[in-house]
Amino acid sequence: MSESASSTSTPLVVNRPLTAASRRDFLRALGVGSAVVLMPSMFAACSSDATGITRGSNAAVTLDLSTDVGVLNYAYALEQLEAAFYEAALKNIISGCSATELHALLQIGQHEIVHREFLKAALGSSAIPALQVDFSSIDLTKRDSVLQAAKTFEDTGVAAYNGAGRLLHSAAYLVLAGKIVSVEARHAATIRDLLNPKSMDFAGDDVIDANGLDRALAPSAVLPLVAPFIVTPISA
Amino acid sequence: MTNNTVLGGIDPEIADRLLTRRDALRQGASTSSKVAVGLALASVPVALAALAKDAFAADALPQNIVDVLNFALTLEYLESSFYNAAVGTSGLIPDSDLAVFHQIQKHENEHVAFLEGVLGAAAVPKPSFDFTAGGMFADVFGNYETFKAVSQAFEDTGVRAYKGQAANLISQPDILTAALQIHSVEARHAAEVRRLRGLDGWINAKIGNLPAAVNAAVYGPGNPPADFPAEDNIVQAGINLMSLTHYGVDPLSAAFDEPLDKATVLAIAGPFIKS
Repeated sequence: MSESASSTSTPLVVNRPLTAASRRDFLRALGVGSAVVLMPSMFAACSSDATGITRGSNAAVTLDLSTDVGVLNYAYALEQLEAAFYEAALKNIISGCSATELHALLQIGQHEIVHREFLKAALGSSAIPALQVDFSSIDLTKRDSVLQAAKTFEDTGVAAYNGAGRLLHSAAYLVLAGKIVSVEARHAATIRDLLNPKSMDFAGDDVIDANGLDRALAPSAVLPLVAPFIVTPISA
Repeated sequence: MTNNTVLGGIDPEIADRLLTRRDALRQGASTSSKVAVGLALASVPVALAALAKDAFAADALPQNIVDVLNFALTLEYLESSFYNAAVGTSGLIPDSDLAVFHQIQKHENEHVAFLEGVLGAAAVPKPSFDFTAGGMFADVFGNYETFKAVSQAFEDTGVRAYKGQAANLISQPDILTAALQIHSVEARHAAEVRRLRGLDGWINAKIGNLPAAVNAAVYGPGNPPADFPAEDNIVQAGINLMSLTHYGVDPLSAAFDEPLDKATVLAIAGPFIKS
């Protein structure tokens, strides 16, 4: 990628098979593992193991979606899920992944972590706790299953933000959500293009309707979709 | 081509015509546009069909909403006309990439039909376009690389344009939702075209590999910059993202796309719009 040279954030240039050393670089760039993390508390609440199960709060969470704080916490829950997925996946040797694909997964994972940490900081004391996630149903060691899961998470994220925009009362928060959702859409298109290059799938007819509209799902439709991956009970 | 030309903007009279429905009302709804509305209505979702019907019958939508939708329609006219011409140009798009641009073309035409359906008689007429932008992209339909560059400029600007209007639609939840649904489709398009050009699908800092003046306009700040920052912005809601992670500017800025105001969008689109 022509952008790698200008990147200040991903010191590694991924043009070789992943070795143990380069894998450590990946983890460092993602901010997981033992490397440089300026906020040690960032991952302390959700240390992960090889099974992909993250230990976080297991106390039930109730979102009041009639308030903007509730809607932002809904977004925070989804970003926690997405970020945790990429953290868990990139801790494995993902067999079959090309360097280009790993680089894309790494960058997407970074974006999701930024979203999560931003929402956590913006919500402050109103933030819901770290969620306990469970990716044991996904084979995080194989390229196809990781990319398929990433596609599902990204498409669901797009539909969730599109459906939640109307719940926000504050124009400023609406714009903030808008700033995030288009990035989720870029992720979705990218993952879909990795799975089926240069096809119509980046914006396939399975997600875009006959009016050229992407999906918009209400929280009541999204929460059951993500429930299999979140141990912490969430209701809204 | 100078920065002036790119940013010089759109003729005020053209802008006025594009952004108001005076012309459309003066001309009245022609039979053909009534038919078009009828066809479009057949496929719009129920909630919006009701809105569109009201708009058609009685100008039910507030003027500021109509203005936003006509602004969106103008951009969709630009995109749909662009892809219709490109796909119709033999030898321009290699067979390997045709499926991508057929899909984008389809969506942009669907967006036009959809917005025309919602606006009814209030829809602005389609302008005529110069996709060479006065010669800046002289070989836009003769050189695939030039075509993709213009495509990327349109798509990334389209994402910013819809985002910049979201707050203006907050009083109309159904229309807001539809606009968001178009917005994310434009973002998917932008990501795909960027990848076809060897870039990441997201916008690291202001990287777009477009001609310098165009790149600066498409990824630069709007007006006021505090509300419409450049794409390399890393401060969100007063929080410097660098304080949250050790990441650099590329992922921090790429994690958030930035909105653009209408006037700045029209300044970018202006050189492509003839009348």
